[in-house]
Amino acid sequence: MARQVKTRSKVIVTIAAWAVGIAIFFPILWTVITSFKSEADAIADPPVFLFFNWTLENYVTVQERSDYFNHFMNSVVISVGSTLIGLLIAVPAAWAMAFVPGKRTKDLLMWMLSTKMLPPVGVLVPLYLLFRDAGLLDTRIGLVIVLTLINLPIIIWMLYTYFREIPGEILEAARMDGATLKAEILYVLTPMAVPGIASTLLLNIILAWNEAFWTLNLTAANAAPLTAFIASYSSPEGLFYAKLSAASTMAIAPILIMGWFSQKQLVRGLTFGAVK
Amino acid sequence: MATKHSRAAARLMISPAVLLLLGWMIVPLAMTLYFSFQRYNLLMPGMEEWTGLANYQYFLTDPAFFDALTNTLLLVGGVLLVTIIGGVLLALLLDQPFFGQGVVRILVIAPFFVMPTVSALVWKNMFLNPVNGLFAHAAKALGLQPYDFFAQAPLASIIGIVSWQWLPFATLILLTALQSLDQEQLEAAEMDGAGPLSRFFHIMLPHLARAITVVILIQTIFLLSVFAEILVTTNGGPGTASTNLTYLIYAQSLLQFDVGGGSAGGVVAIVLANIVAIFLMRMIGKNLEA
Repeated sequence: MARQVKTRSKVIVTIAAWAVGIAIFFPILWTVITSFKSEADAIADPPVFLFFNWTLENYVTVQERSDYFNHFMNSVVISVGSTLIGLLIAVPAAWAMAFVPGKRTKDLLMWMLSTKMLPPVGVLVPLYLLFRDAGLLDTRIGLVIVLTLINLPIIIWMLYTYFREIPGEILEAARMDGATLKAEILYVLTPMAVPGIASTLLLNIILAWNEAFWTLNLTAANAAPLTAFIASYSSPEGLFYAKLSAASTMAIAPILIMGWFSQKQLVRGLTFGAVK
Repeated sequence: MATKHSRAAARLMISPAVLLLLGWMIVPLAMTLYFSFQRYNLLMPGMEEWTGLANYQYFLTDPAFFDALTNTLLLVGGVLLVTIIGGVLLALLLDQPFFGQGVVRILVIAPFFVMPTVSALVWKNMFLNPVNGLFAHAAKALGLQPYDFFAQAPLASIIGIVSWQWLPFATLILLTALQSLDQEQLEAAEMDGAGPLSRFFHIMLPHLARAITVVILIQTIFLLSVFAEILVTTNGGPGTASTNLTYLIYAQSLLQFDVGGGSAGGVVAIVLANIVAIFLMRMIGKNLEA
């Protein structure tokens, strides 16, 4: 009897959870489906869900008309580039703070977090003018610099919370066993640090890929990543639903897949280790 | 354990990050502050002059500023309300055992990874458009008049879109927190005759307090700066109906080329963000100590 009640409640929860899950996911699903429709099918009333002539035409058109691949590469270079440079600066800093903590380490971390609270629009004007004068407007390198700096505090915090969990005793044990400093770093610390670094890398590529304040304000045609490219569909091209959907699907697909892989790290990364 | 030698090395390892962040903070901030006291318009080069507090006076007495401030608060507050209440309910649901937990989790988290411009445009055109949008089709099928979301309720529509983007984040964090709750405590309460509601309010909610604080803090940082969603849907309009502070300053500086006025707005935005930040840091600090 008790088991029956349990099974029945499990079935009810299953139905409810799936219904909510599908409802939340529906806009994405609908976008993907629409990207395979003709423009006429895309605005059909009543809407067609699955039974229409599936076509890849929109993907071809988007690439041909607006050089989609160039914008895609801009997104890749900007998000991966800014993340790698960020890691290069952040790994030593987080390492030092985690393994050689001083009196001010905590204050330093809080100060870094506070730079994230600075509203970007507060420094929009000077940055725009500096970029204009330095010839960095609408260049990939300019965006790499900005995104490196705005994500640096998050990278440091994430790495710090990972590194802090590496037990110090293990180093002492290795030293007792006669390990040299080089061996210590190579065989003991690195394997323990790599998963943390990898999750930090993944999460920051996602954040940089989707960043839509600086990318919209500092680029025009050449260096525009996908965020800015899609914004050009705001009007009136956005009314071509099938093409908008094809462009959108290509813009979100790679990061959606990466995101699904990193969802566990997402929580601790974005909460600065406060929730695990 | 830490020797003098390793301390020096540590300082060397930290300094590039500190110097970069310091430069990133101080240089543009000083420039914003300086420009905010200048009459400086990009359309009138060579006419720059010191104007004292005139820019602030214009910016703060502009009716658009008050609208933008109200809209910013409504946007942040509205999204926080929807995502936290929705997130708690969703987390409670997803915390129960059911078939296909992994897949549903993936479905629920997905909107968080969609870039702002895509989610705003997809919602604007394919769902909320009064002629061809899915909601208009649904309204017509039910014999109702289609609703022109962005003309009638621009700010509420944007709140809806932004909430859709942030609900997954709130849900995921609250769910993670809920899963760390001691099951025995709940069972003990149940044995003592505590109903589901009192179990929720006296055990679960206090346990979630810290996670909720974190969600509020992080979302507020991002929500104060909502920009792309407004740019691609309403351009802040009609009038100033959906202009937030970020968008107002953007329009002033880069659309009207008023560097001085935009900078004064920037300083105001920084001051306001700092008030929120101090308030929130204190709150999170209290919660993190526990």
